[in-house]
Amino acid sequence: MAESTSGHSARYSRYSRYPRYGRVEEALRAYRLIAGMWLRASLAYRASFWITTVGNGVTSLLDFVVIAVMFQHTTVLGGWTLPQVAFLYGTSGLTLGLADLLVGSLDQLGQRVRDGSVDTVLVRPAAALAQLGADRFALRRAGRVVQNLLVLGWSLLELRLDWTLPKLLVMAVLVVCGTVIFGSVFVAGAAFQFFATDAAEVQNSVTYGGATMLQYPPSVFARDLVRGAVYGIPLAFVNWLPALYLLGVPDPVGVPGWFRFASPLAALLCATAAGLAWRAGIRSYRSTGS
Amino acid sequence: MARSVALAHPPDPDPTGPTGPTPLAALRARPGGSLRLYAAVARSSFRRYAGYRAATWAGVFTNTVFGFFIAYTYQALWQIRPHLGGYDLSAALTYVWLGQSLLMPVAAMGGGVQDDIEARIINGDIAVDLYRPVDQQVWWLAADLGRACYHLLSRGIAPLLVGSLFFRLRMPAGGAADQALTWVAALASVALAVTVSFLLRYLAALTGFWLMDPRGIRQVTVVLGMFFSGFLLPLSLLPSALAAVAQHLPWAAMVQIPLDVFLQRRTGAALAEGLLLQAGWAGLLLGAGQLLQRAVVRKVVVQGG
Repeated sequence: MAESTSGHSARYSRYSRYPRYGRVEEALRAYRLIAGMWLRASLAYRASFWITTVGNGVTSLLDFVVIAVMFQHTTVLGGWTLPQVAFLYGTSGLTLGLADLLVGSLDQLGQRVRDGSVDTVLVRPAAALAQLGADRFALRRAGRVVQNLLVLGWSLLELRLDWTLPKLLVMAVLVVCGTVIFGSVFVAGAAFQFFATDAAEVQNSVTYGGATMLQYPPSVFARDLVRGAVYGIPLAFVNWLPALYLLGVPDPVGVPGWFRFASPLAALLCATAAGLAWRAGIRSYRSTGS
Repeated sequence: MARSVALAHPPDPDPTGPTGPTPLAALRARPGGSLRLYAAVARSSFRRYAGYRAATWAGVFTNTVFGFFIAYTYQALWQIRPHLGGYDLSAALTYVWLGQSLLMPVAAMGGGVQDDIEARIINGDIAVDLYRPVDQQVWWLAADLGRACYHLLSRGIAPLLVGSLFFRLRMPAGGAADQALTWVAALASVALAVTVSFLLRYLAALTGFWLMDPRGIRQVTVVLGMFFSGFLLPLSLLPSALAAVAQHLPWAAMVQIPLDVFLQRRTGAALAEGLLLQAGWAGLLLGAGQLLQRAVVRKVVVQGG
């Protein structure tokens, strides 16, 4: 994602004090510097930082409480047991949480277009995507990540999976590619806000709504909805399809078997599409003029 | 640093300026003026939210998508346990879609005038509000009712219509009189739900005068509200001891009671009890808000300069 810059950085890179860096390195460096600044700023108010971090974890725990209450009344849901659903819950929340931590600030873009502060970003000699992604970097969002890791850890203990090298590899790929897919949704959603500055909430249906969907087994949903998550917005590649392989569960909709291992391909497609959308968005940007 | 000015008692504002009565004072001067003033506040608040069309459509879309996802999970559970918690499948699905309809009107995730008050406490504009010859609580209540009215008409109705195309939802049944009574009672219950929700958010927002950063309190109240309002799951699904308590907490007045009224799970004495419970919490929280705002007026420090 970081390589999809605005074109401005290319123009300014020859003025950079570090000409030996390429565009990607430069964008990552800008991201690190800006995120670090916001990190120091947020840690200046220690009590507030810890309260909001724990608060984020507790808020995201609510969804698991709902699942746990449901399993008070049944032993399986859509044919999946509680530890299996907890695996879906943990991986869904973990990948969304990581994407939100890294680039979640992008969902405020519409606000910045309205108040004209995108102008400031565009005249600075650094990639716009890196600047806006790192804007108001909030480590408190790690609260969600840690909470989901705990649930995921519990589910793995309960499931007693027979870990082989391919399975470990698929698990690692799941976390990375899931984060990339959700991150791409954040970037594409931000690009959409260049056109519809007030419609920031639409992307919540794919990010938070999508993550809610991925917490439950695909067998729960209508087949068309699951197909849409495979062939449309490919959220199924975040955790549903890898989970079919990792947990050895039958496929409810009948997609090609190799799709279970195709998350990297889906992530690559998503990142490319998001990068193109971002370019289109930033090219169409017109200042508010105020 | 800026000079601090302690306002022990906000000076009484002069109702008539040098060029005659202000519109505000003029409104209050007429008979029934206060009511007219607050009605004007509610109307402007309605119009303020109605101004953002794209935001409304974005919200309708998101509520609808969430409605689908949650409805399928309920469907899976109720197909295994057809009468779980006293709801049949169709009632449970209606519960999901009505819950999505009420989410914004009752601001189950916080917000509405809470955002405005919190921002005005932080940037100091609240001092201007305290000058106004109006009751702060009623002023903000009027503004929030106007907002809720708009959200009910836009984000309340549209997702419900979409949901009813794809799922068999349960509308009030029985004779014409029963149906009419249910609709009227449900609307009254929703009005009380918004009022209770506002009063809770108002109390949470006022803590900003002491805490400076209201985010922590807000997170706590949102978590409690989301869960104990019955928005995430009907309260009757909780372990029975917890469910019995939760049914009587103020948050139940926000979602659980109005939905049970609409689904005709509360009729006759139970209906009256539900509405009385809502009204009781509204009265209690109104009093608490009045006490807290009196304390605020003594406490407020305006950063001048």
